[in-house]
Amino acid sequence: MKRLKLLALVAGLLAANLAHASLKVVACEPEWGALVQELAGPRTSLYTATTALQDVHHIQARPSLIAAVRTADLLVCTGAELETGWLPVLQRQSGNAAVQVGQPGYFEAASAVRMLEVPTKADRADGDVHAAGNPHIQTDPRNIARVATALSQRLSQLDPAGSPDYARRLADFSARWQAAIQRWEAAAAPLRGLPIVVQHKAFPYLQDWLGLREVATLEPKPGIEPGSGHLATLLERQQQNPARMVLRAAYNDGRAAEWFASRAKIPVVVLPFTVGGNERAKDLFSLFDETLAQLLKAAR
Amino acid sequence: MFRRNSIALAVLALSAAPAYSATPTNATDLNQIRQEIDALRQGYEARIRELEARLQKVQGTAEQASQSAQASAEKVAAAAATPATPASANAFNPEISLILSGTYANLSRDPASWQMSNFVPSGDETGPGKKGFSLGETELGLRANIDPYFYGQATLALSADNEVGVEEAFVQTRALPAGTQLKAGRFFSGIGYLNGQHAHTWDFVDAPLAYQAFLGGQYGQDGLQFRWLAPSSTYIEFGGELGAGENFPGAERKQNGAGSTSLFAKLGGDVGDSHSWQLGAGWLRAAPRERSYDSSDLTGTEVSNSFSGRSQLWVLDGVWKWAPAGNAERMNLKLQGEYFRRRETGELAYDTANQNLSDAYRSAQSGWYAQSVFQFMPRWRVGLRYDQLDSGTVDYASNNAFLANSDYKPKRTSTMLDWSPTEFSRIRLQYALDKSREGVKDDQFFLQYQMSLGAHGAHSY
Repeated sequence: MKRLKLLALVAGLLAANLAHASLKVVACEPEWGALVQELAGPRTSLYTATTALQDVHHIQARPSLIAAVRTADLLVCTGAELETGWLPVLQRQSGNAAVQVGQPGYFEAASAVRMLEVPTKADRADGDVHAAGNPHIQTDPRNIARVATALSQRLSQLDPAGSPDYARRLADFSARWQAAIQRWEAAAAPLRGLPIVVQHKAFPYLQDWLGLREVATLEPKPGIEPGSGHLATLLERQQQNPARMVLRAAYNDGRAAEWFASRAKIPVVVLPFTVGGNERAKDLFSLFDETLAQLLKAAR
Repeated sequence: MFRRNSIALAVLALSAAPAYSATPTNATDLNQIRQEIDALRQGYEARIRELEARLQKVQGTAEQASQSAQASAEKVAAAAATPATPASANAFNPEISLILSGTYANLSRDPASWQMSNFVPSGDETGPGKKGFSLGETELGLRANIDPYFYGQATLALSADNEVGVEEAFVQTRALPAGTQLKAGRFFSGIGYLNGQHAHTWDFVDAPLAYQAFLGGQYGQDGLQFRWLAPSSTYIEFGGELGAGENFPGAERKQNGAGSTSLFAKLGGDVGDSHSWQLGAGWLRAAPRERSYDSSDLTGTEVSNSFSGRSQLWVLDGVWKWAPAGNAERMNLKLQGEYFRRRETGELAYDTANQNLSDAYRSAQSGWYAQSVFQFMPRWRVGLRYDQLDSGTVDYASNNAFLANSDYKPKRTSTMLDWSPTEFSRIRLQYALDKSREGVKDDQFFLQYQMSLGAHGAHSY
C-alpha cells in the first residue's frame, strides 16, 4: 500500500512536471528567437542557433546544434531554402521525429508571407538564387506581424494548455507592433524614393516597405564576392545615377562596401539586419528603431 | 479571403486538368485545349492580382482606422494569407546532385610500384592514382524523404574506366522515438571522423595513409546501423553496425550472420561562439576468410598469401574548428587528427599457389595523421597534413622463414592550396612528399577541380 502511494506520488509529480514542462523551441535565426520570446515568454525554453554576426546561408552543422535539435519540440526557421546548407543535416542527424519537415514541430516563417524576387528561372549561373524567392523576409515589420499570427497558432497547436496565454500575448504584441509600425512609417517618410546601393540582395522587403530604390548591388550576383572590375563599373554608374548610401548587413565582410563608399563619397550603413546585429538592436522593436535611425542619419 | 482562396484552388485545378482529362483525339485538339486553359488561367491570374491589390488597399485603410488591440490582432490574422504555390508532379522528384572532378598528377615514381611498406595491401582504391590527366569519380547523388517514416539516399560513383559503383544506397528512419535511428543498405561506417564524409568534401586530394592502410581508403558497410543521440546539451551519440564485412579489412565470405561489427561514440560541443569540437572513438571487428594479397618474400619472389582470422581496429578521432564569432566566411581554421590501431590474429597461408604453408599469424600495427586547414581570406585556404604508419609487430610463426617485416615507418607530408569561387566549385593544388615505400621518395604534385551541380547538398560537420 505504502509502495502504491509512493508510486502514485511519483506519477503525480511526473504528470505535473509534464503539464508545466515548457515547450523547447530552437530558432534558426535571432529574429524568430526574439519573436518566440514576445509570443511565448516563459512558457518556452529557447535556443537560438545562429547570431546576427553569422551568415545564415553558411552555417556549420555543428554537434551543439544537432544536440539542440534533438530535444526540440519546435523549430522556428525562415525556410525558403535559406537554411538548406545545414538545417537538413541537423534534422536528419537529430533523430527527432517531431521536428521533421511536414510535422507541426517544424515552422517555416516564409510560408506566412508573400515572397519577393521569386526567380522565373533557377540557374546557378545567376549566383546563389533561391527558387522560393528572397528569404530575407525579416526586414519588413509587416512580415513579422504575419509570422507572429501564424507562429502563435502553431504554439497553441503544440501546447494547447497555453492557448489563452498565447492569444493574449499575440494581441498584446500585435497592438504594440502596429503602433510601432505607424510610428516607423511616419518617421521614414523622408526615405521614400531614396536611391541606395546594397552589398547583398538582403533588403528587398525593407525596400518594399520604405520605398527605398535599389540602384545597384555590390555583389555582381547573389553570393558572389564583389570583384574590383564590377566595383569600378558601379563607380562609373554612380556618376550618372548617384546612390545616397551603401547598405550592408552586420555579418557581411565590410571591405567592398567601404571601398565603394569612400570613392563614391557616400556613407556606409551597417544595418543590424536581425536582433543582436549591434548592441542597440536588443529585441524586435529596437531592431527597427535602430534600422530607421541609421537610415535617417545617413539620409540627412 | 475565402473567395481568393477558392479562385486559387480553381486555378490549381485547371492547371492540373490537362494531366487528368480524357485523351484528346489529336495534337490540334490538345493544343487548342491548352490555349483555352492558358487563356482562362491568365484571366484568373489577372483577377487574383486585382483582388490582391484591392485587399491590400482595404487593409491599408483598416490599418489606419484600427486603434484597439483586438482589431489589430484580427487584421494581422487576415494578412497572414499563405500564398498558393503552384504544385506539380516534378515537385516530388528527389534532390539530384552531381559531383564532377578531375586531376592532373605529376608523380616522380611509377604509381604501379606504390605500396605502404610493411602493410598488407588494402585494395584498389589506394595509392596516388594515375600519372598525367585523369578523370576523378563522377558522383551522382539522389535523395529524398520516402514518406513520413523513411528517408532514402543513393550515391553512384561513375569511374573513369566507365564502371558504375554503388558508393552508398541506404534508407534511414525518420520517425523512431527517443533520438534513435536505423539505417539499412550500403553506407559509410560511423567509425572515424573522415570515414562518413564523401571524397569531394575532403580537404586533400587523397585519403590519409592510415585510412588507406586500415580501411582500404574508406569503409563502407552493407548492413544495418543503429544510432542513439542522448537528450543533452552536449552532443553525445552512440552507434553500432552489423554488416556483411566483405570490404577490407574483411574479405568475401559465404556465411550467414554478420561479417563485421562496429561500435562508435561521439562527443561534441561549442566553446563560446567561435570554437567547436568533436571527439570520437570507434571499434571495428571483421572476420576475413582467405583474404589474399600479393607480396614478395625474403628471396624476392612474388607470392600470394592468404589470411583467415579476426581483425580488430580501434579509431580515435578529434576535430576542432575556429571561426571568429562563428562566421567562417572570412577566416576559419580546422584542426583534425585520427589514430588507428589494428590487431589481427589467425592463420596465414604462405605462397598459396605453390607451397601453401599455413601457420599462425599475429600482428599489431598503428598509424595516425594530423592536419590543419586555414582559410586566410574569403575563398582561399591552405592546408598541411602529416601521415605516419607504425609497422609494429608482425609474427608469421614458422612462415617467418619466408616472410619478414622491417621496422620502417611509411610517412608522408602534404600541403595544399585551394580556391573556391563559390561553395559549388573548388580548384586545388597539392604537393606531397610521399615516403610510403621503404627507401623511396616520391614527389607528388596534383592539380584538381571539384564541382557540384544540382541540389545543394548539406554537409555534415
